[in-house]
Amino acid sequence: MSEEILTSEEFNLAARFPEMATPDNRPGYQGFLIEPEHLLEISRVLRDEQGYDYLSSVTAVDYFPIDIFEVVYHLYKTTGGPALVLKTQTNRTDPIVPSLVPLFPGADLQEREAWDLMGIRFSDHPDLRRILMWEGFAGHPLRKDWKEPYFEEDGKPFKSRWPEGNVIRAEDTTPLKDNVQYPQPFEPDTWTPEAETALYSGLSQSRLDNLSDLKTDQLVVNLGPQHPSTHGVFRMAAALDGETILALKPVMGYMHRNHEKIGERNTFLGNMPFTDRLDYVSSMSNNFGYALAVEKLMGVTPPERAEYIRVLMAELTRINSHLIAIGFLLNDLGAFFTPALYGLTERELILDIFEAVSGSRMMCNYFRFGGVARDLPDGTLQKIKDLAFERLPRKVEEFTTYLIDSEIVRARCEGVGILTAEQAIAFSAAGPILRASGVPYDIRRADPYSIYDRFEFDVVVGQNGDVYDRFLVRMEEITQSLRIIQQAAKDIPEGPIMSGKPQYQVRVPVGETYGRIEGPKGELGYYVISNGKPNPWRYHVRAPSFINLTGLETMCKGNKIADAVVILGSVDIVLGEVDR
Amino acid sequence: MFGLGVLKGLGITFKHFIDTYIDDIRWLGKRYHTPEGIAHRMSKDARGIFTIQYPEEKLPVPEEFRYIPFLIYEEKENGEKFDRCTSCGICAKVCPPQCIWIVRTNDPVTGRPIPAPKEFYIDVDICMNCGLCAEYCPFDAIKMDHDYEIASYDRFKTNIFDKEKLSKPVSYYASIRPTNYAREEAARAQKEEAKAARKSVGGETTAS
Repeated sequence: MSEEILTSEEFNLAARFPEMATPDNRPGYQGFLIEPEHLLEISRVLRDEQGYDYLSSVTAVDYFPIDIFEVVYHLYKTTGGPALVLKTQTNRTDPIVPSLVPLFPGADLQEREAWDLMGIRFSDHPDLRRILMWEGFAGHPLRKDWKEPYFEEDGKPFKSRWPEGNVIRAEDTTPLKDNVQYPQPFEPDTWTPEAETALYSGLSQSRLDNLSDLKTDQLVVNLGPQHPSTHGVFRMAAALDGETILALKPVMGYMHRNHEKIGERNTFLGNMPFTDRLDYVSSMSNNFGYALAVEKLMGVTPPERAEYIRVLMAELTRINSHLIAIGFLLNDLGAFFTPALYGLTERELILDIFEAVSGSRMMCNYFRFGGVARDLPDGTLQKIKDLAFERLPRKVEEFTTYLIDSEIVRARCEGVGILTAEQAIAFSAAGPILRASGVPYDIRRADPYSIYDRFEFDVVVGQNGDVYDRFLVRMEEITQSLRIIQQAAKDIPEGPIMSGKPQYQVRVPVGETYGRIEGPKGELGYYVISNGKPNPWRYHVRAPSFINLTGLETMCKGNKIADAVVILGSVDIVLGEVDR
Repeated sequence: MFGLGVLKGLGITFKHFIDTYIDDIRWLGKRYHTPEGIAHRMSKDARGIFTIQYPEEKLPVPEEFRYIPFLIYEEKENGEKFDRCTSCGICAKVCPPQCIWIVRTNDPVTGRPIPAPKEFYIDVDICMNCGLCAEYCPFDAIKMDHDYEIASYDRFKTNIFDKEKLSKPVSYYASIRPTNYAREEAARAQKEEAKAARKSVGGETTAS
């Protein structure tokens, strides 16, 4: 694979730090193994001297029954190019790894996730609390020796379903009988959540000097979990001085379903429909990233026509997602549903195409390893062309006239929720957020995948990094996506849509891989480890919505509480992806 | 001038408002509750009101639309029904939420499995409508349905579909998915032909 070769050619970490770093020579693996105590030192050199300033993904792997936890870091240059993968190992009994938050604040939420789900402690992490599971939860569910209630088998397919057909439905044993495990000694009646106290005490520490003459009170306000602005079940705990936000912590996990554990139980193919449910407004993109990751491991490439279909679908998805993002941002601004419905109208036509192609409007499940599930039905390409050449350009134009110059929109958006370029990179922000801050980083250009290197399009960049720029970047990205669709719809060749015969049990060679795409919300990455079995050993999703929230506090600080709603709207989160 | 942007925006909303009435007048009442009207509202030229008045109006579903699998049975001339399903278990193995479970028929005398399912269940509460079972069934025996109105009052009683409830005739399949049906039949005919040709070639060689 070209990625490994490029990495080692560009910068040989082992040559620079002969004592500290060794190349990862396990078959199918890449990157460098380093000792935990050198992690900070090496990362600092990589960031400051080598330009690996973007910490994209932090995750952990459990090598049970071997006594090893491995923390995996994917570093990129914001100038483009492939990844540098760092790994550090620790034991399973007392896993401690130094935190990278002092160097890369973007590691904050991801390290908390690794602590929560895998139980790895990150020393010097400023706020190491559980993030997705609830505070009283027993154990760390992603560990391989952790078993859920109703545990049946380690991997699907479950043998009980065939040929005997003895199945015990979970429905018959619930509701709420024995599917809840409490840690010992736990008393549900007397328990007060420690982490909740920690959350509030973390907020109250951040007092600023009161600059205004007005006498204001300081108080903590919880926006959410049930709040119209959060587009789902999500909480922002904000410390306020009058109306000004002093500190703000996102609290998530209300819709957590341990997608990664489910993914590790699933067969490789069987996980495809589950990826639809991550960011449920852009399921085609989710499929795309996962298919890319597994294809990298399998070493298959889809045929030409399939590649074009993929690009068409991914770009339609981007338009779809951005229309929602813009529409509902305006909703958050108080333009009650008119702009949102104008966006949804166009989205409806895109969903008609998805439905005709894949059979479902939102849960598309359309990509397969080595191609796509079926060819475009008759007339669909014409529909796509109609949209891309006629209707959508007209509608984008209309949207622009409608919103961009509106004084109300500008007054509410300009100068609000600013994230500078340095901050955006540091917080590992991705997608429109990163680009609106002035960093021209688009994976379709920086590290091209599929056939994106063939198309002409511009990477849209903002200047100010405020809400208004994020809005503008999304508007312009719709136009650029239309350009790509126009080119792809013209050039799409005839031919097969699948390389090889469709198989339901794919053989995936041993190894690890990280497949990433520029999703509508940012870098969507899938870290997959195969040990040659029908199920992945490790399956991790680098969810852009989740990681973009790392910078939320910085964006909100100093703004008014009413602006927090708008800022969250401009981040464009989808809770299916945040909570996983 | 301050406020010009807002006025321009209001112009757009006003245009949308007017458009609805213009379209209504142009279609003279045929815009709603007619297939042509619905097709127009789904087309690139649609403007004005977009909503479909469900359940009085229904969006036509495309051929590939998928919702809850069903089993196909064929009918012989004498009215005898037989399942295409051979209880090979691929659908049960490929199903991501594992909502299919099958009991295989065993020959009462020899105890060997017979290629026909004794029982076939789908838990439609768990089914995620992914369509993988239909995609990977080698006998075209399980297909995705178009009937999406399956609401019931008691899910504990009604939402495990058994073989009887799942079975539908092949003519129904041909009616909801004509293109797929034609393609599969053509492939099958071709296969049969090839088989016959191989047989006749084999017969000749042994004869000579």
